[in-house]
Formats: sequence, C-alpha cells, structure tokens
Amino acid sequence: MNLNVIWFGLFLIIIAGYLILDGFDLGVGSLHMFVAKKDEERRIILNSIGPVWDGNEVWLILGGGVLFAAFPLAYASLFSGFYLAMMLVLLVMILRTVAIEFRSKRSSSKWRGAWDIVFGVSSLLLALLLGVAFGNVLSGVPIDANGNMQVTLFQLLTPFALLVGITAVAMFALHGSIYLSLKTTGELQARLRKWMPRLMSVFFILNTLVVLAIFLYRDPISARYISNIWLVIFPLGALIAALVAWYLLRKGQDLQAFIASGTMIALLLISGGIGIFPNLLISTTDPRYNLTIYNAASASNTLTVMLIIALIGMPLALLYTAGVYYFFRGKTELDTHSY
Amino acid sequence: MNAELLSRLQFALTASFHFIYPPLSMGLGLMLIVIGIMYVRTKDPKWRRLSFFWIKVYGLIFAVGVATGVVQEFEFGTNWANYSRFVGNVFGSLLAAEGVFAFFLEGGFLGLMLFGGNRLGPKMWLAATCLVVFGAHFSAIWIIMANSWMQTPAGYTIQALPTPVRAYMTQFVQVMFTPSFIPRIMHVWFASWTAGSALMLSVSAWYLLRKRHVEIAKANLLVALPFFIVFSILNALMFGPVQSTEVTNNQPLKLASMEGLWQSQSCAPLYLVGWVNTTTETTTGISIPCLLSLVAYRNPQAVVTGLNDFPANLYPPINLVFQVYHFMFNIGFLLIPIGVLGLIWYFWKRKVFQAGWLLWLFVVTVFLAEIAITAGWWTAEVGRQPWIVYNLLKTAQGTSPTLSTGEVAASMVMFVGLYALLFILFIYLLNGKIQQGPEPLEDVESVPVTSLPDSFREIFRRRPARAE
Repeated sequence: MNLNVIWFGLFLIIIAGYLILDGFDLGVGSLHMFVAKKDEERRIILNSIGPVWDGNEVWLILGGGVLFAAFPLAYASLFSGFYLAMMLVLLVMILRTVAIEFRSKRSSSKWRGAWDIVFGVSSLLLALLLGVAFGNVLSGVPIDANGNMQVTLFQLLTPFALLVGITAVAMFALHGSIYLSLKTTGELQARLRKWMPRLMSVFFILNTLVVLAIFLYRDPISARYISNIWLVIFPLGALIAALVAWYLLRKGQDLQAFIASGTMIALLLISGGIGIFPNLLISTTDPRYNLTIYNAASASNTLTVMLIIALIGMPLALLYTAGVYYFFRGKTELDTHSY
Repeated sequence: MNAELLSRLQFALTASFHFIYPPLSMGLGLMLIVIGIMYVRTKDPKWRRLSFFWIKVYGLIFAVGVATGVVQEFEFGTNWANYSRFVGNVFGSLLAAEGVFAFFLEGGFLGLMLFGGNRLGPKMWLAATCLVVFGAHFSAIWIIMANSWMQTPAGYTIQALPTPVRAYMTQFVQVMFTPSFIPRIMHVWFASWTAGSALMLSVSAWYLLRKRHVEIAKANLLVALPFFIVFSILNALMFGPVQSTEVTNNQPLKLASMEGLWQSQSCAPLYLVGWVNTTTETTTGISIPCLLSLVAYRNPQAVVTGLNDFPANLYPPINLVFQVYHFMFNIGFLLIPIGVLGLIWYFWKRKVFQAGWLLWLFVVTVFLAEIAITAGWWTAEVGRQPWIVYNLLKTAQGTSPTLSTGEVAASMVMFVGLYALLFILFIYLLNGKIQQGPEPLEDVESVPVTSLPDSFREIFRRRPARAE
C-alpha cells in the first residue's frame, strides 16, 4: 500500500460518498415530476432534500479538488478532453440549484410548474451524464502521447456509455425513491411504493446488461477480474446488497433498505474502480499512454500533506454530515422556512 | 478570436460574476452574527424579525454563489489544462483543502441556518449561522492562498522531468503563506465586510425613504452604520496601503502599471484620475505629488520603479489596470465621507433618518462597494498578465491544447445566456424579498421561541420540537 494507492482509494470513497448522497437527491429530482400530483406534495419532496442537497454536492466539488491535487494530469486531460460534456454538467448543475432555490419564491403556478420541469429534467440529465462519463472511463479514451485527448460530445455517447448512463438514472431513481419513502407519509408514500418494484426491475435488467457488456467487450476490465477471481467479491457484494435492499423494502424497513442501496452504489463504483486500477484513464490509442495513479500523480510530499489534511478534515466532515442528517431525521413537514 | 482569447474572456466573465456573491456571504454573514448576538443578549423580538428576513436574503445570495463557484473549479481543468498540469502539485492541494475544511462546514450547516429558525433555539441557530459564516471566511482563506501563490509563488521548485514541466512543492507552509497572502486576505475580508454592512445600510435606508417598516429599519440602520464606517475606513486607510506596499515589494511592474508611472523617480505622484497613453508612453491626469512614494515606501523621497525599467513584452494592459485600480481606489475613498456624514447627522443634527439625500447616498453604497470589489479583483488579475503564475508561466502557455475555438465559443455563449438569466432572476427575487420586507414574527414563527431546543443536550435528547 503506497500513497498513490491510498489516494486512489480515497478518491473512490469520496466519489462513492457523492454518489450515495447526491445520488438520492438526483433520484428525488428525477422522480418528483412523476410521483407528486399536488403543489404541496412537490414542496414536501423538495423540502425532503432541501436542508441537505447543498452539503451533498460538496462531495463532487471535493472529488474534483482531490483529482486536481492528487492526480493533476488525469484531471487536466479528463476535464479538457470532455470539454463540452463538462460544460453541459455545469449547465445542468446550475439549473438544478437555481430551480430548487427559486421555485417556491413565488406562488404563481406557471412559475412553479416551469421550475419543476427544469428541476426534473436537470436532475435526470445530470444522472445520465455522470453515468455516461463513468461508461467512457470504463471503456477508455483516446489519449495521445502528450496526455491529451479530444472527444466530442457525440463521440462520448457510445451505446455502452449510454447504457451505463441509463443504468445510473435508474439506480439513482431507485435510491431516491427509498429516501423519499423515508421522508413521506400517506398517499404520496403509497404512490412511491408502487414505483419501487418497477424501478428495481428496470435497474436490475440494465445493470445485468452493463455487466454482460463489460464481460464481453471490455477486455482490460474483464481480464483483471479473471486474473484475480477473488476481486469478484466486490460486484457480488453489490448484488447481495441489492437483494438485501429489496428484501428490506418489502418488509417495510426503509432506513435499512436505504443503507443497503447506498452500500450497493458504493460497491458498484468500487468494482469499476478495481476494474481500471491502476489506470485512471485507459488510452484507446496505445496502452503506453495510459494515465495511471503513478504517472499522473502529484509528488509524494504533496500526497502526504493532503493525507494529513484529509485525516483531519474528513472525520470532521463526516461528523457534520451525520449531525445534520440526524437533526433533520423523520418525516418532512412544511413550515414558513420551507421552499 | 481564438480559443485562448475566448478562454480568457470566459474566465474573466465567470470569475467576475461569481465574485459578486462571496463577499456578500462573508459580509452579510458577519452582520447576521451581529444581529443574532443582539437578539440573544436583549431578547428584543425586532432582532429576531430581522434575522428571519436577512437569512432569506442570505440563502438567495449563497445559492447563486455556490452555483457559480463550481464553474470555477471545473474551468481550471477544462480551459486551463496545461496550467493545471503545471500547478497541480501546489495549487491543487490548496483547492482540495478548501473542499475538505471549508465547503463541508458551509454546506453542512447551511441547511440548519436556512431551515433552522423554527427548529433551533436562538443560541443554536446563531451557532449554525456562525459555522456557515466561519466556513465562508475559511473558504476565502484557501482560495486567496491559492491565488496569492499565483501572484507571488514560493515554496516550490521547477522540474522538467518527468514531462510536462511542473512546479513541485518544497515547503507547504511557504506555499500557504506566500508574501502576498496576509495583506491580500485582509484586504478581501475588509472589503467584503464593507459590502455586507453596506447591503444592510442600503436596504434600511431604502425602507426609510419609502416610509416602510420604519421602526425596524431605523434599528437596522443604526447597527449597520458603525460597522460600515469602521470597515470602510480601515480598508481604505490601512489594509489598502498595506496591500500596495506588498505589490510594490513583490510585483513592482504591476504597481507601475496601476499608477501609470513611466520613469523611475523619487517623490512619485499618485493619480486621482488619468489616462495612460501607451504609444507616447505618457500618463496625463490629476495627481498628488510624492504620494505614491509615501504610500508605497512610507517615505515621500523614495524611488518608485517606472515602466521604462521593465521589458515592454511583459507589460500588462496598462491603461486597463490603471483605470480599474483608480475605480477601486476612488470608490473606496468615497465610501468614507458617506459613512462619516451619517455619523455627523446622527450625533450633531439628530436627523439622519429624515435627511433624504443622505439616505439615498446610503442606498447606493452597496453598489459602490460591489463595483469597487470587482475593480480591485480586476486590478489584481489583469495586473498579473501576461503571467498566469507570476514570472513562471505565461497565461498563453496555460491553455488546454485540445480546445477548438468553436467549443469555447459555444460554452461562452452558454455562460453569457445562463449568467444573464441568473442575474435577472437574482435581482428580481432579491428585489421581491426586499419589497416584501421583514415579516411580522407571528407570520414566520410556527412555534413559540421558548419551546425550541437551545443546547446540544436538548437537540440530541429528544425529537425536534416540530415532530412532537
């Protein structure tokens, strides 16, 4: 275990934290158009994520900062290479923020209806884009000898990447529906519960397709799992977590089911991470151009300083996050401070 | 138009637009703490009413600040990939530290601050506010540290291998505390606090002019005014000059550009207004003799180095730097008499609330402060050109080699449209909030304040009051 491996692990953990936390509010955003019928229900849904979504998004910002600091060459290649896709990510992130903040500032139903659409579409698109990006990282990117790549928006939309993208949308919607079920009561909750089996089956089918596609077409990743079969415990663990989540949902234990689905998301990400390890970006031009956790990394003193920062800061961050979630636990109710 | 120029313009646009909001989150945040303390100490319900009002405004400012801040982090990678490769070892760690230490504080407790009014007792609500505002200041520390490293790099070594050429950290403490960091963070903080107190002053004065919420507006104005006076005076007379001494020592070419000083001379003049002609290499305008030498070196006879002593290919856009600097300078000094007149009218004439012309001056202070802040930031950043990292890497070398003009043009169009929309919405909603004004406490309090949990023990021992 060296510093580079530790930072690759920490990076995965931070991204997993982002996917688990912002994942549910992306899912809530994607679903709210479909499950809420009345304005009051919309408001309950928005307020269920109101106090926490900003903190959730911090995990992505931290992920970007950590990639910049620990693996600057990968950060530079990825962000500049996926230029228009990144701009699209920014666009939907900004629109999402604006929509949730601005929606309830006026009571006109046209105003609210318009922002609801913006919020729903931008949440859905962000989930899709994250999945497409992940799909492209798994399939490899056309990095040249100088570490540069140029990929247009349409080149990113390969069938495989789109499949991963849609899977991500279904996964976050499922995760979000479990969170919402925790936060709602009565008719709204009953309607949500009807959605869960559909989301679960769709996600299950899509994810199976992704695994098959990886096994059949993505040699570096399947080769890694075949050469070290014990690593299969991570994807298997994700499968078990998914089944456990399903079982718990049927028993009505939403909180435990939420934890199980979060675990599943983390394990799926880690399975992907292990699949590309020790690469960060696999070059489709020539394997010699791969950006790895060694050739793309900062020097060891930077990594050491950052490890100290992380060891001080991350426990504090987890403490605040846990404290805030604990404080806002229970069903969402509206008051004069709500959205 | 090429990709580099467009990237520069795009960064200038997104950074300038973003930088409207963080100074207010710091400055208004500080004033919110003041008002929170007033309530905790006096239990006068008017302070609680004001807290409810200003926290809503704060939420709006914060939301736009966060939304536009993410863009900045992305742009280092998207548009300035070679810069990111060059500085990643040094700059990246400061940015990551900002995320770990500051953003979690802000992001975590913002929910409690914005939604906590009816769930937390006044002390705990104030504590949540303090943590968010502390987070905002802490965030400024890291980002100004990172930017100061670009102005006055220290604690690094340059190595060519393995390629690409990169700056490596040798001393983290030197990277954090570069020579320009302390003067710059103080200048930024005081400017932000000036802007925050100016916002309160401005809105209170406007209510008085419109004869609305008169009692509460008077109270609010009297809280904001003394802070505004102290912050604006300290910033213009103390932290501004400290900052110009720092620039004199570390970036003499930037100082010469700021003042349009061509010939090195003792007893160098300080311009109030002027115009720099770069073809004839002259500066014309109204100046005060010897003042620049005095400000820069604390000695009117000191020799200030002029532009002619530097190679012309390293000049920044001199007239632009000169103009934005003087904008900031003049506005900064203009704020002082406005505050002092308020004080005189309050103590000597006892008519501060009736003097319409004075109230109008108060109304414009927040716009003046924001313009000055933007102009100051432009001075720092345009004055650093043609370097992206001073004396180490040119801005032109920092771009993303793969970007096409079309791609940056597309994103530029997107940002112009998106930010115009954001700004219109922001102004529209802010105006709506201000027009509505502080609501009566009965309307905003859903439970009596005395029944709210006001210590950690009460919060964590029982369900939140509302759930019972």
